[in-house]
Amino acid sequence: MTILVEQPSSSRRQTGLLELRGLAVEYGYGERPARAVDGVDLVVRQGEVLGLAGESGCGKTTIANTVMQILRPPARIAGGSILFEGEDLVGKSKEELRRYRWRNVSMVLQSAMNALNPVMRVGDQFVDAMQAHEKINRKQALARAGELLEHVGIDRRRVNAYPHQLSGGMRQRVVIAMALALEPELIILDEPTTALDVVVQREILQQVDALKRDFGFAVLFITHDLSLLLEFADRIAIMYAGEIVETSSAERLAANPQHPYTQGLLSSFPPLSGPITPLTGIPGSPPDLRDPPKGCRFHPRCPHCVPEQAALYAKQTTERPRLIQVEQGHEVACHLVAEGLL
Amino acid sequence: MTAAAPLEVKSLTKTFALGSAVRRARVHAVDDVSFELRPGTITALVGESGSGKSTVARLLAHLYEPSSGSVLFEGNDVSHVRKRRDVLRYRSQVQMIFQDPFGSLNPVKTVRHHVERPLRIHKIVPSDQIEQRVHELLRRVGLVPPEDIAAKYPHELSGGQRQRVSIARALAVEPKVVLADEPISMLDVSIRIGILNLMSKLKEEHGIAFLYVTHDLASARYVADDILVMYAGQIVERGPIEDVLAAPLHPYTRLLLDAVPDPATKTEAQQIELRTGDASAAVDPTEGCRFRARCPLAIEVCSQITPTLVEASPRQAARCHVTAPAT
Repeated sequence: MTILVEQPSSSRRQTGLLELRGLAVEYGYGERPARAVDGVDLVVRQGEVLGLAGESGCGKTTIANTVMQILRPPARIAGGSILFEGEDLVGKSKEELRRYRWRNVSMVLQSAMNALNPVMRVGDQFVDAMQAHEKINRKQALARAGELLEHVGIDRRRVNAYPHQLSGGMRQRVVIAMALALEPELIILDEPTTALDVVVQREILQQVDALKRDFGFAVLFITHDLSLLLEFADRIAIMYAGEIVETSSAERLAANPQHPYTQGLLSSFPPLSGPITPLTGIPGSPPDLRDPPKGCRFHPRCPHCVPEQAALYAKQTTERPRLIQVEQGHEVACHLVAEGLL
Repeated sequence: MTAAAPLEVKSLTKTFALGSAVRRARVHAVDDVSFELRPGTITALVGESGSGKSTVARLLAHLYEPSSGSVLFEGNDVSHVRKRRDVLRYRSQVQMIFQDPFGSLNPVKTVRHHVERPLRIHKIVPSDQIEQRVHELLRRVGLVPPEDIAAKYPHELSGGQRQRVSIARALAVEPKVVLADEPISMLDVSIRIGILNLMSKLKEEHGIAFLYVTHDLASARYVADDILVMYAGQIVERGPIEDVLAAPLHPYTRLLLDAVPDPATKTEAQQIELRTGDASAAVDPTEGCRFRARCPLAIEVCSQITPTLVEASPRQAARCHVTAPAT
């Protein structure tokens, strides 16, 4: 559990733009709902890029949907709170949430390039989005759309284009431009470049970096590709089976990963230069969240969890590890770290 | 190097028609591609989507017929064989693994069914030995205990396990060549390495010639011996992978390398040029280098003459007027 130090409200506004406290989200009803997110504490600060990494099914996209408040049954928030600029989103009215979405937080999805309406000109889709949130006439909205397109490196005359006339990378940039339309404080990128080629991926991330400097928004960057985050994120949170297992600055995580899962993930990316050493990845596969392993959820795959170490083994297999601060800004949830064994 | 190549392609070309009868265009998906796959060697075929790399794999798997050029299997041209018996014989030697381990297995059939089917179709072993062979194959790809796994349905397996079933199925016919089309790109990060390690093991233990089609340079470097880089339907660079990645000749290979995030050499200033043109250079290509619109080194001749693959250093060749000029 994160230790929340009481701060005067003014400085809190500076540090925590978005705060998740003990967030739990369940899918399904009855006796065995799947807890996709289980007791997550997470802070996104003003203007930073927070990377959230983990494998498919670890709950990272569920967090994105929760922050965006677009969860649908059978998913439901089972506990905790989502504070945006100090205000809890849980329990807000539909109308309040409608205004919050896009104006305060916007989202770019993996398949966003297919999210554009194929029979509508790009410019008109901007007009729609803007008019849904503010009083603006078509001419003004189109002019603004043109400006936004130029911001993402697309000729402003392309407002007249249909989506099929643009390449995949350009469509993804159009969607990023739309996400910027109402100048939100936070943009969620959920696997924004997974469907794209490496060269296009880099073009887009460079663009996001430049836009962030111009507009000053914060980014919650969700991906399975940790190597990408090491380069583009300020801080990184590693998620496994619905829980945050490690958070730290990107530099420190690359240099000194503590959780065995983080270490395994990092050694799953072969290097492009230097010597090639045999890698092992992580044996086994992520657990079924309807019936997660007792104790530490990573223990069935953990190389440091062996019955020979009886006392430790008992702890690992029965007790849930808590996030512990190992250094300023670096937290790890692992019994080995807690016992000083790593 | 001297070991006989079981599979060799010469000037392979495949074009597809595009557009209406009035405005007919042709995509040169694969254009004048030549290479060979050698036993016990993994050859990586890399390029961006639309570069034609999957089309090459499909041509080799006999799923498409080439527009021109030839596919030689142990010296015999097999690109136009049509008889079922001949196609079967070829496919028993050249197997394919697909990207999607969810789509390539039949959801209502058990693992046993998938692995024993090729054994029966190609009559690999007498029927009383099929059970035993299925277990052996499952063990070989790391699916243990095989007795339990064989009885499972695809939905009971993880993505990595499913991909291993696909590999076991491909191995059933004891192929000389395996074409792996993006075999790990849909798998979770933590289990990708396991599949790559399995490919290395099979290459070494069984002398299989692999074609590893991928867009991921880092995994290609980890597992492959040689590399072919494709751009807009053409091979723009080829050579031993360590040499090519350490000192790429073609500007496109350079661009690809710069674009990959590499935590090991993370440099802040690693910025690439943003692209301007977006139309595919493989649609109705004109004379000249297809990369020239994006190339920082382009000179006048690049828009006039199509460069050929020139061996600029021992075993390393590139299609570039500037870095590998024809003599």
